[in-house]
Amino acid sequence: MRLNQVFKFYESKDDEFVTVYFEGKELRVPSGISVASALLANGIYFFRASSVNGSKRSPYCMMGVCFECLLEIDGVPALQGCMIGVRNGMIIKRQIGNMNVKKLDIETY
Amino acid sequence: MSYDVVIIGSGPAGMAAAIDCDKYGLSTIILDEQPMLGGQIYRNIEYVTSGRLKILGADYEHGIILADKLRKSQVEYRGNVSVWNVTRNGEVSFVINRGGRSGEKSQSINGRFVVIATGAMERPFPIKGWTLPGVMGAGAGQILLKSSGLIPNLPTVLIGEGPLLYLLAYQYMKAGYKPAALVSTTRFSDYFKAIYNMPKAMLSWRDFLKGLKLLSSIYIHGIKVYSGATCLELNGSDFLEEVSFKHKGSYKKISASLALLHQGVIPNTQITMSENLPHKWNENQICWEPITDEWGRLPESNLYVAGDGRGIVGAQASETQGKLAALSIANQLKNIDDFIVKSKQLKQTLSKQKRIRPFIDRIYRPKDEFRIPKGDDVIVCRCEEVTAGQIREYVDLGCIGPNQTKAFGRCGMGLCQGRFCSLTVTEIIAEKRNVTPTEVGHYRIRAPIKPVLLGDLANTDELTE
Repeated sequence: MRLNQVFKFYESKDDEFVTVYFEGKELRVPSGISVASALLANGIYFFRASSVNGSKRSPYCMMGVCFECLLEIDGVPALQGCMIGVRNGMIIKRQIGNMNVKKLDIETY
Repeated sequence: MSYDVVIIGSGPAGMAAAIDCDKYGLSTIILDEQPMLGGQIYRNIEYVTSGRLKILGADYEHGIILADKLRKSQVEYRGNVSVWNVTRNGEVSFVINRGGRSGEKSQSINGRFVVIATGAMERPFPIKGWTLPGVMGAGAGQILLKSSGLIPNLPTVLIGEGPLLYLLAYQYMKAGYKPAALVSTTRFSDYFKAIYNMPKAMLSWRDFLKGLKLLSSIYIHGIKVYSGATCLELNGSDFLEEVSFKHKGSYKKISASLALLHQGVIPNTQITMSENLPHKWNENQICWEPITDEWGRLPESNLYVAGDGRGIVGAQASETQGKLAALSIANQLKNIDDFIVKSKQLKQTLSKQKRIRPFIDRIYRPKDEFRIPKGDDVIVCRCEEVTAGQIREYVDLGCIGPNQTKAFGRCGMGLCQGRFCSLTVTEIIAEKRNVTPTEVGHYRIRAPIKPVLLGDLANTDELTE
C-alpha cells in the first residue's frame, strides 16, 4: 500500500475518534466524517480498480455523482465512500472491478 | 404517506422552498441524500467549527440563517436517503442509505407538488490523465474542507477557470496552504469578449468586487499563475505525478501530487430527465436545462425545479427560485391574496441576482479543447473507460446520438449512469457530425437514478399504481 499524505487536517482535532479497518489496517479517524474523507486523510487514495482495465481510481466529486469512491463496506460491495459516515469497527475494502454478484450472501439481503 | 410538498435536496433552493412552504401552512418534507442540511454550497453548515467558518467566509455563513429558520419550522427533514424515482404526478420513491448495513425497504411518499432542488455538479473536464488518483474536482477539494477540515499537504495545482477555483485558492491560503500553481485556462482575449456584458455586470458591483478581491489575493500571495494554458495533460503511472501544459508558446511541467480541476458547474438534470421532461440546450452555459415556466414548474406535471438544477444561477438566486416555487405551489393549493405582487417582487430580486451571470458565463466559458478532447486516447466515460476516439469511431460507423453509444460500446452504462460523460458525448458527436447538440440530444435517463438493491425494491412498503 502506498501511503501518500495528500491531505491533512488544518485544525487540531478534538473530536471523538472511531476506529475503522481499511484492508486490514487499523485507522483512527474523527467521527462525523465520510469514509472517503477518512481514507484521504490517512493518505489512501487508491479506492477502487476500474471494471474494464483495472486502473486505479480515487474519489473525484465527493458528492455522490462520480462513483469513483466505490468501496466494500462491512461486506456490502460497491458503496459510495463519500456518502457514508465512518462508524466504529467498520471494515472497509477496495472495490476491485465490478461487484461479484455470485459472492453475495443472499441472507444479508 | 402524503404531503403537500416534497422537496428533494437541502441546498439554498431546497431550504428556501421548504421554509416558505411551511410559512404558507403546507405540510412539507425534505428528502436529502446527504446526512445533514446545506447541500454542497452550505455543506456541514450546522456543525462547522468557528475556525473553519472564518475561512469559508460570509457567503457560506449565510447558510446558517437558512438552516436556523428551517429547524424552527414544522418542516420534516429526512437526511441520508437516496431518491431513485420521481413521477410527474408527485410520487417520490427512495431508499435509506445503507452505509454498509443491510435490510432497508424502499419507500414511496406522495407530494401534491414536488420541488426538485438537486443543484449542480462539476462540469466534466476530460483531459489526458483525469482518471488518475490524485486528480479531483475543485468542488471536491472544497467539500473536503467544509465537511472534514482537510487541506492539501503536498504540492497541489489548481487547473481551469471559474469563480469556484479562485475561491478555493483563497480559502486554502486562509487555511495556511499555498497552492503550487494556478494553471488558468482563461485567455486574455476572454476579458475583451466579456466587455459587452460588463455594464450589466457592474450593476452587481458587490459581486464584482468580491471577484476582484479573490483574484488580487491570489496575486498578492504570490501563487504562480499561468494564464491561457492549453494542451493540458496529467501524467503519472499509478498516481498523479506531473501536470504539463503549454503556456506562452512553450511547454511547462510542474510536479504535483494533487490536481484540482474546475471549469464551472452544470445542472444536475438526472431527475428531470428521468421523467422524460423536455430539456433545452443552453448555448451560453453549454449544458442542458429543463424547460420550465417562470415559477420553475415543469410542463404537464406537479413538479417544480428550483436552483442550479434549472440552469446555473448561483446560491442567492437559487434561494429566490426556491421561494418562487413555494409561492406558486401555495397559490395553487390555497390562493395567496397578494400572489401577483409577491411574484413580481421575487422575479425582480431574481433578475438582479442573475445580472452578473452572463458576464461570468462569457469570461469563464470553458474552452472547446477541454470539453471536446482532441486526443483520441482521452477517456470520456470514466466508468466503462470509453475514449473520445472510440466515440468518434462509433459516429463513423453510423452512431447518431448518445443513446446509440451505449449499444456500440457501453459508453454511459456504468455506475454513474452517464452523469460524468453525458455532456462530453453529446458534444463530441455534435462536432463529428457537424450538427448542433440539440440535434444530437442527450442520454435517456431511466429510474432507478441511483443504484438500488433488488432486495430493497422487492421490500417496497406499498405498491402504488
